[in-house]
Amino acid sequence: MTVATPARTVELWVRNAPKEEATLFRFERMSIRSLALTASMIVIAACGAGGGAVPQQTGPVTLQVMNYANYMPEDIAERFKAATGHSMEVTLLSSNEDALAKLDASPAGTYDIVFLTSPFAEGMNKAGKLEALDHAKISNLSNLYPEATQAGHDPGNKFSVPYAWGTTGICYRADLVKETEIDSWNDLLQPSAELSGKITMMDEDRWLMIPALKVLGFSANSTDAAELSQAADLLIAAKKSLLGYDAETFYTKLDSGEAVAVHGWDGWCNYAADPNVKWVLPSEGSDLWLDTMTIAKGSPRLEAAHAFIDFILLPENGRWVAENILYKVPNKAAMEALDPALLEAYPNMAITPAQLLTQEALRDLGDGQTRFSDAATKVKAAP
Amino acid sequence: MRGLIRRRDGKLTLAPAFLWWGVFLAAPLVLILVNSFFRRGPFGGVVYEATLSNYARALDPLFLGVLGYSVQMALLTTVICFLVGYPAAWFIATRPSARMRNALLLLVILPFWTNFLIRTYAWIVLLNREGVVNQTLQAVGLTDAPLSLLYNDFAVVMGLVYGYLPLMILPLYASLERLNPEIREAAEDLGARPLRILRTVTLPLILPGIVAGCVFVFVPTLGNFPVPQLLGGGRRIMIGNLINQQFLEARDWPFGATLALGLMVVLMALLVVQSRVLRRSREFALDG
Repeated sequence: MTVATPARTVELWVRNAPKEEATLFRFERMSIRSLALTASMIVIAACGAGGGAVPQQTGPVTLQVMNYANYMPEDIAERFKAATGHSMEVTLLSSNEDALAKLDASPAGTYDIVFLTSPFAEGMNKAGKLEALDHAKISNLSNLYPEATQAGHDPGNKFSVPYAWGTTGICYRADLVKETEIDSWNDLLQPSAELSGKITMMDEDRWLMIPALKVLGFSANSTDAAELSQAADLLIAAKKSLLGYDAETFYTKLDSGEAVAVHGWDGWCNYAADPNVKWVLPSEGSDLWLDTMTIAKGSPRLEAAHAFIDFILLPENGRWVAENILYKVPNKAAMEALDPALLEAYPNMAITPAQLLTQEALRDLGDGQTRFSDAATKVKAAP
Repeated sequence: MRGLIRRRDGKLTLAPAFLWWGVFLAAPLVLILVNSFFRRGPFGGVVYEATLSNYARALDPLFLGVLGYSVQMALLTTVICFLVGYPAAWFIATRPSARMRNALLLLVILPFWTNFLIRTYAWIVLLNREGVVNQTLQAVGLTDAPLSLLYNDFAVVMGLVYGYLPLMILPLYASLERLNPEIREAAEDLGARPLRILRTVTLPLILPGIVAGCVFVFVPTLGNFPVPQLLGGGRRIMIGNLINQQFLEARDWPFGATLALGLMVVLMALLVVQSRVLRRSREFALDG
C-alpha cells in the first residue's frame, strides 16, 4: 500500500490522466449553457402548451427576488417580513444579460421580482416575459416624481417601477489632469497627451457605444448600420489610447492613479476614495437609465410581489439607496428627506429630475439589437 | 453462468462513465453544433432558421485575428512554461530523498488550493502603479517613476505562465523521474557529451512528458478569458473572451457556438498531433 500523500496523488494523476482531461474542462463549461438552452426550450414548450392564469400560492410565501449584490438594505428581508408576513430570498445578478439568461434557463414561476435596467425591461415586456402591474396594489407609487412615471420605456409604469436612475459621464482625477478641461466625450476618444493611456471605458454593449454615438450626433439608441459602423470605427481608433475596458472597478483605477479619466455611471465615481475624483456630464449629452423592479411572467406569488414593490417605494428604502449606493432615486419623498450636505459632497446627486430627463432615455432596440451587438463585438475584437 | 453475470456486471460498472460522457460531453457538443447553424433572436435565444451566416462571420479577418493573437499568446506561454518548468522538474526529479521530492511537488501544486481568480487578482495588487513591485523598485532606487506593468501583453503572459506552470512541471517530472539514470551513464561511458546526451537520449525518452505538458498548458491558455480581462485590461481580447461575450453580453448564442466549435477544432487537431507524437516515441522506445 502506498500512502496517498497529495504529491503522490498528483503524480498518479499526471501519469494516468487521459490526455483529454484538459479539453473535458472546456466542454463542461459549455455544457452549462447548452443545458440552460435545453431547459429554456422545455420551458418555452411548456408555456405554449399551458396558457391561462397561474395558480397562486396563498398565505405567507417566500418571494424570489433577482437583484445585484449590496443594492438593497441588508435588513430588507426582516423588515419586509415584519411589514407583510412574507419571506424573501435573493438571487444575485452580475448584469442585465445575466438576469435574462437566468430567466430563460428557469421554469416560469421560479422568480417573482427581477431588477432590470429600463431598455432590458422594455425588451422583456415586448417578449411577453413580464407581468402587467396592478396599480391598486402599489399605493406608494405616489411617492415617485411625476417625471419618473413617464419614462419613455414604460409611460405609466405598466410593467416596471423605477428604483434608481441616473446618467453616464466621465469621472476624473482633478489633481492629475492639469492642462485639460474635461467636458466632452472627445476627452476620452481623442485624448490630450496627459490623458492618453490613462483612460478606461465601459464595455457593456449599450454603454460602450454611447460616447461615440453622442460625439457623432447620433442617438444612443441608433440601429442604423452606417451610424453604428462610424461609431465603431471611432471607438476602435480610440482603443490605442485606452488603459483598458472596465465597467466594474474603474474607480479603483482612479484611486491608484492607473487611470486619470474614466467612462462611468454617475453614482460610481462616488465610490473612489480619493477626494480629487470629480464627475462631469459631457457637453454632447448622454443617456438616461432607470433601474426598475419588474414581475416575471408566471409568478405564482403576485400578491407578495406587488407588496414588495409597494414596500420598496417607502421613503426610508429609497433614502437608503441614495445614501449608500449614492445613486439618485426617483422617489420624491426619499430625495426630499436627504441631508443637503450629501448633495453638496456628491454633485451628481443634485441633478434634478428635469435635468436628468434632458438626457436620452435608453430604449429597447428590437430587431436592431443584433446590428448593435455586432458593432459592439467589432469594437471589442479589434486589435 | 457465473462468467456471464460477471461479464454483464463489468459492462454495468461502465454505465456511470458513459452516462457522464453522454450527458456532459456528447450532448452539449451536439447542441453546440446544432446551434451554430441557426441565428439569434432579437431578445437573445435561438431562432430555428437554418443559416451558414455564423460561419461566414467567423471567417471575418477580425475574428481570425483574435484567434491568431490567442494562439500567439498561448504558444509564448507554453514555451516560457517549458523553459522555466524543465529545470524545475529536473531539479525535483534528481533529489535523492523521496521525502524531499514529495515536499517539492507539494509546493508546485500548493497554488491550486487557492481559487485561480483570487490568485489573478493578487497580481493586480503586485503589479499596479502603487503596487508592491513598483514600490520596492522605487525604494531600492532602481526606478524613479512607477512602471506600467499591468494592462499589457506582458501582464497577460505573466498571469498565464504563473497560472499554468504547474501543469508543465508535473508531467515533465513524471517522465524525468522514470528515466533510468543508467541509460545516461551508459551514453556518458560511450563518450557522449552532456549536450549530445540531452539531445539523443534524454529528450526523446521524455518526449511524451514534454508533449503532455505542452498540451496541458496550451489548451487552457488558448481558451482562457479571466487573465486577458483582468491583467490585460480587456483592450486586446483572446478567443475565450470573444466566446464569453457572445454568450453573456451580446446574447448571440449561435455565433458563440460557432466560435466555440472553431476553438474545439483547433484543440482536437492538437490532440491528434499529440497522439501521433506519442505513438512515434513509443515506437522509438521499442526500437531503440
